[in-house]
Amino acid sequence: MAYAASDRAAGPGRTPVTIKILIAGGFGVGKTTLVGSLTEIRPLRTEEPLSEPGAAVDRLDGVERKRTTTVALDFGRITIRENLVIYLFGTPGQDRFWFMWDELARGALGAIVMADTRRLADCFPSVDYFERRGIPFVVGVNCFDGARRYRRETVRSALDLDPEVPVVLCDARQRGTCRDALIALVEHALQVLRSRQAYAPSSGAPPRAPAAEPAP
Amino acid sequence: MPSPDDHWLDEEAGPVVRPYALIRGRTRPTGETLDLIAIITAVRGAHVDTTALDPEHLAVLRICRLPTSVAEIASDLDLPLGVVRILLGDLQDRSLVAIHHPIPPARLPDVQILKEVVDGLRRL
Repeated sequence: MAYAASDRAAGPGRTPVTIKILIAGGFGVGKTTLVGSLTEIRPLRTEEPLSEPGAAVDRLDGVERKRTTTVALDFGRITIRENLVIYLFGTPGQDRFWFMWDELARGALGAIVMADTRRLADCFPSVDYFERRGIPFVVGVNCFDGARRYRRETVRSALDLDPEVPVVLCDARQRGTCRDALIALVEHALQVLRSRQAYAPSSGAPPRAPAAEPAP
Repeated sequence: MPSPDDHWLDEEAGPVVRPYALIRGRTRPTGETLDLIAIITAVRGAHVDTTALDPEHLAVLRICRLPTSVAEIASDLDLPLGVVRILLGDLQDRSLVAIHHPIPPARLPDVQILKEVVDGLRRL
């Protein structure tokens, strides 16, 4: 590999550490709003043509004709300190953009899955996706005005979540609650990484967690 | 004469096709795919042959005077990620940019860095 920077040489303060966190959930659940509440810069957007190579052709089932269309990625940034930066990426909310998820999920620390209790089933695919790949996630129950308030345990059992998966209440428009959801996620990811390292051979080699890598 | 069915390009195709014309129809950068959060920095003092580069290459170099993520470059230039990756591959071939790949969380040298993230978030 021709790249100069070696991963092993990285450490706090010297080389940049960038952390990727995904904001997932069904269409219109408030992912972009949450990114906007947390980002220190204006929310950014890149657009990818769907016909780009890498777009899995077999996932275009149901699309009758080839059309040029784009999938937008919204993202934001939080600088913790110099050389320690979090990037938040809202995942595309429509099923036909699943191919983007593997790209997004590669190397992600974890995800906040936004759930709207009026349409709880919309977040099932996201929960499934992260569970199957062993990517740490928390469920953020979006407290919209007028949304029926459910107890967190009710949501947990409706989603059939593992007991260690945190469920937090948050309002995507309120920065404080979004920040708390993010903290819950990072703490959860920390625990998951630690427990994986505890089971890894202590050969001095970096612990590996194959389950954290998305399937090819 | 192409039949109407052959007209798969419509007005919507414009912004998609133009960037790919820009990179001469190439659709795949050489080497491994650059992560969205890889950090790119223009190499200081490097000789930039402006006649051999496109304006978009130069725009990338301008943005990357300060370390900038791949996603932010794409957003700033309003170009698809695939195009930005190819531009970056060209610049890398000419040793005009340094690329810092993100460390996968499972390979962080010290998970304590995540404690630092939590503390930093609490201060927000």
